[in-house]
Amino acid sequence: MNNRKDLLGLEDATPEELSAILDTAEAFRGVLDRPIKKVPTLRGKTVANLFYEPSTRTRFSFELAEKRLSADSLNFSASTSSAVKGESLKDTVRNIEAMGVDFVVIRHGASGAPHHIARNVNASVINAGDGQHEHPTQGLLDMFTMRRKIGRLQGIKVAIIGDIAHSRVARSNIWGLIKMGAEVRVCGPSTLTPMDVEKMGVTWTWRVEEALEGVDVVNILRIQKERQSANLLPSLREYSLYFGVTLERLRRASPDVVIMHPGPMNRGVEIAQEVAEDPRNVILDQVTNGVAVRMAVLYLLNGNEPASREAEMATVEG
Amino acid sequence: MERWEAMRVTEWDSNRRVLVLSGVEVLNPESGKKTRQDVMIKDGHVKLVAAGDHPDDAMVFDLTGKLVVPGLIDIHVHLREPGDEDAETIASGTAAAARGGFVAVASMANTKPPIDDPQSVRFVLERARQAGMCRVYPMAAVSQGLEGKHLTEMFDLAEAGAVAFSDDGKSIMDANLMRRALQYASMLDKVIVTHAEDLNLKSEGVAHEGYMATKLGLKPVPRATEEVIVARDIRLVELTQGRLHVAHVSCGTSVPMLREAQQRGLRVTGEVTPHHLLLNDSLLESYDPCYKMAPPLREDSDREALLEGLKEGVIQAIATDHAPHTEIDKDAAFDEAPNGVVGVETAFPALYTGLVKTGKLDLAKLVYAMSLGPARVLDLEHGPVRDGGAADLTVLDLDGSWTVKAEEFVGRSANCPWLGQTLFGVAVMTVAGGRVLYHHPSVGSTKAHRMLAR
Repeated sequence: MNNRKDLLGLEDATPEELSAILDTAEAFRGVLDRPIKKVPTLRGKTVANLFYEPSTRTRFSFELAEKRLSADSLNFSASTSSAVKGESLKDTVRNIEAMGVDFVVIRHGASGAPHHIARNVNASVINAGDGQHEHPTQGLLDMFTMRRKIGRLQGIKVAIIGDIAHSRVARSNIWGLIKMGAEVRVCGPSTLTPMDVEKMGVTWTWRVEEALEGVDVVNILRIQKERQSANLLPSLREYSLYFGVTLERLRRASPDVVIMHPGPMNRGVEIAQEVAEDPRNVILDQVTNGVAVRMAVLYLLNGNEPASREAEMATVEG
Repeated sequence: MERWEAMRVTEWDSNRRVLVLSGVEVLNPESGKKTRQDVMIKDGHVKLVAAGDHPDDAMVFDLTGKLVVPGLIDIHVHLREPGDEDAETIASGTAAAARGGFVAVASMANTKPPIDDPQSVRFVLERARQAGMCRVYPMAAVSQGLEGKHLTEMFDLAEAGAVAFSDDGKSIMDANLMRRALQYASMLDKVIVTHAEDLNLKSEGVAHEGYMATKLGLKPVPRATEEVIVARDIRLVELTQGRLHVAHVSCGTSVPMLREAQQRGLRVTGEVTPHHLLLNDSLLESYDPCYKMAPPLREDSDREALLEGLKEGVIQAIATDHAPHTEIDKDAAFDEAPNGVVGVETAFPALYTGLVKTGKLDLAKLVYAMSLGPARVLDLEHGPVRDGGAADLTVLDLDGSWTVKAEEFVGRSANCPWLGQTLFGVAVMTVAGGRVLYHHPSVGSTKAHRMLAR
């Protein structure tokens, strides 16, 4: 992690790097339980949060992580289309860098946009979701949440259910989990499954019951309404009937299955109301953990040594 | 002064003074035979002579060890004028082509505005004449405004000089319009050049549908995007007895369809680009927008099948789909970048280096597919370099190399996949109609030097 400039995806991360991030996140997770939830680590550093796509959860989570690390933040939101008409993405980022920014957190609708930026600036670039490619901090926070709950990632069985084709969350989860030795199954309608997905090292079935058989974790992806107009789905109604995760279907899973969802949920579509309310779900833990994981990523990209799982972080004074 | 203008220094014209290419071998790409003969060019025509057998006042070029081939022809270029002159002009594009060894190019109609009326065709021809570089054979649009709705006035367009018709850049989605285009153009014995990409199947796709697109999260373009249009258009040729040429074939699976159509006697031809013959979708890993094309780069199995199709003659031509874009436009996020790469300056060396030097393709086949093959697709006058034939020829230095640099391009754009690579087999002289369009700085004439010294 020390010689890495950017975090663009989990595909090129090593298991050692992933472990270092997760261990460091554990130390920061401890900080978040304290009365003063702030450490001085990134004091004097500036982070630009560039969100070219709407986001509440991820944007707040990054901002919070930056504040808790005592960094200064700049926030920029624009729709991709309006940005395209004016200044180019590269020029925007170069301008921001000229202001002395150390980190660029970017969410963009085009797959590979963060890679394009990373090639052109000296600042560290963190991918906060690019098109349908990767969302590495979401993958990390999902893994972090699983590891906290189950105690390990090695050998656990994870089902990812939903729109795999358009999901950057799915790709980051798949790469990260496989590297850590988990068994990953993906599941969803064939029209929402990308070509040759098995080559990523997962198994695929459209049968939800089959995918859920004996799993330790189910990660349920959001289904977007637009998929109907593109004829990828006949209706959300049929999706919920045949692919929705219900308590009935969850009986196939391990009794203490960890239920996850990256949010925002469509209750009654991909996740039944009773599953969204089930005590086994960790959906809000994911949100809290996201802050700790993003703190760890910023901290490590800043060149700091990884913390051990049990390490204590010194809280900022005053 | 632009680079292309600087290139136009030569006053070497066989109509004023006899030119002799001395010490060369002449390759006939049809027979594959090479003969050691000097090439004398007088009044635009070739005479093959024994060494030293030429008039005393001839301008003699010592080209010992170089190869003379029929002038290269590229039947698929985008010259961008009118409309996108910042990316390329007719002058810069034809100069770039001459530098790459091309004596002629066929220009596509998707300019802004498109070439869909006789004035526009004449504009292209006039601009090309003014530039004085390689010959331009304009293609005109199939549909007015390239909108895919109403046929253009093909008789008028042909009369003005259009050599074929194409809505290249976008598939004609209305099968009935395509049927009528084939039928109508057949009265003129003209070819319809099809851009085979079904727009619905392509949707927002930017990359070949396979593992690479899945991994990179790029919206996919399945092979079927091309296959269904190729299949449809072949059926329409059967119905109309028209003439069809499939531009930039990208799928290995299109080759058997073309073969079968040809075996049934249908007038169907195909072309392949250097990039589809040499590159694959693994290059997309970097998200470098240089590799964004339509149709997209596909897999090795496609490359191999396309090469087989070329060797077998099912694909008659290599055409570059020269698609210049300014750095401002092209250097964007992958999804947002325009499609295409430039090709005319690098086509021969890239293919010679990638296919001939590696033993995958005969030199004669390569030369054929870049000269006589494409000429026959569009019925352009051309033939092997022979006594009495027109002096449309290219001199190649097969051992000569070029490390491709953006700043050395004669064309205005440098969106090229071979930047930084050292390629072998460079054109050192391009002669069209007996006039030297281009010569490499290394090529001179001892007599000319002496004359200059005097």
